[in-house]
Amino acid sequence: MDFDLLDILTALFLTVGCFLGISGGVGLYRLPDFFSRQHATGVTDSACSFLILFALILQSGFTLVSVKLCFIFFFLVITSTTATHALAKSALHKGITPILGREDKR
Amino acid sequence: MEAAVDIVLLSLLCVTVIVIVYIRKLFCAIMLLGIFSLISASLFITMDAVDVAFTEAAVGTGISSILLLSALSLTHTRERRPAHQPYVALMVVAVTGAVLVYGTMDLPAFGDPDSAIHRHMAVRFIVDSPQEVGPPNVVTSVLASYRGYDTLGETTVIFTAGIALVALLGFNRRKEFKVRLSGAQITSVPEVPLSSAPKVPNADYLVLRIVGKMFIPLIMLFALYVQFHGDYGPGGGFQAGVIFASAIMLYAMIFNVETAMRVVTPTALRLLAVLGLLLYGGVGVLCMLLGGNFLDYNVLAHAPLHGQHLGIFLIELGVGITVFAIMVTMFYALGNRSGRSV
Repeated sequence: MDFDLLDILTALFLTVGCFLGISGGVGLYRLPDFFSRQHATGVTDSACSFLILFALILQSGFTLVSVKLCFIFFFLVITSTTATHALAKSALHKGITPILGREDKR
Repeated sequence: MEAAVDIVLLSLLCVTVIVIVYIRKLFCAIMLLGIFSLISASLFITMDAVDVAFTEAAVGTGISSILLLSALSLTHTRERRPAHQPYVALMVVAVTGAVLVYGTMDLPAFGDPDSAIHRHMAVRFIVDSPQEVGPPNVVTSVLASYRGYDTLGETTVIFTAGIALVALLGFNRRKEFKVRLSGAQITSVPEVPLSSAPKVPNADYLVLRIVGKMFIPLIMLFALYVQFHGDYGPGGGFQAGVIFASAIMLYAMIFNVETAMRVVTPTALRLLAVLGLLLYGGVGVLCMLLGGNFLDYNVLAHAPLHGQHLGIFLIELGVGITVFAIMVTMFYALGNRSGRSV
């Protein structure tokens, strides 16, 4: 049984990343209001993609592929956070308020 | 393992299609169409067809979603129930589908190494194209050189579609827009920079505007990379044109369609669309004038390989310019018609 440390780390990161991705999907389906659903997709966008990309970088080593993966991560971090921000802002603009702050707690 | 991935992707594809047919909210249908394209792109990836997957992801998921969404602003957001049950249409579709399925029975099995295409055409392309055409990416040699005439047809189809859309929708407020444009140029633009002009659309979306400004140059740079790297990796004129157009569309969505029209005017776009197609056809005619066949690039330079390189470069550029111009023109036509920033 010879396991490379890199392989073990890769498997670990991939597993946690996949778990976060699935939990984001479940959250998107089950959570009650718009803003908590945004939170669920935000977890998928940031933590899940980071872990999976990091695992792929570990596997590819110091190559051009790693540089490209880093670029993808950089773009993903900025664009997904911006998209979440813009969505939440326009939801507030339209008058959708989070359930937690509301009086009736429907 | 690959079979399992294929089965999962294909069943997702089927589920998406069924939901698209049943759903009445058009917004959801457009989003599902985007997902459909993304799943198809993943399927192409599993078949190692990277160029096709790239095109599908860029066109199907990116541009067509934006164009459909801007078309949605012209119509209702819900599909109306049909007045009568379309049984005849269902029957026609069923019969046609059955005939098509019957037709596929004569085809060789998927990936069959003994089929005609794998014994003659594929061997020719893979073995001979480095000596005959040159680019390391065989897809580019097939698309631009062996099948250059087909690609000319595809570009013409896109061009025609763009013209038809503009002819249908038109820029009906063009005169009004021109007045506004000339007036704005004389009075406000010289001394006031655009971003601090009095009526900035989406003024409170500061983060969106800053990130958009930051990313538009990067998107354009990537489009140029895709355009000129098509000989060596996945990419080419179609993808590059679409990505470049998406940069302009992003600008138009963050700021305003009219602000974007000031940057890239509709007239310039129409000229560019014609220019790209003329460049493609012109290369073909030039080959004839130099003594070769139509689109036979060997005669363009002293050595056949150099001629091929030059010819492929020029026609890919023509494709890119035309696709870019037509996509942005369509977006303008839809956005201008709805009369507000999309």
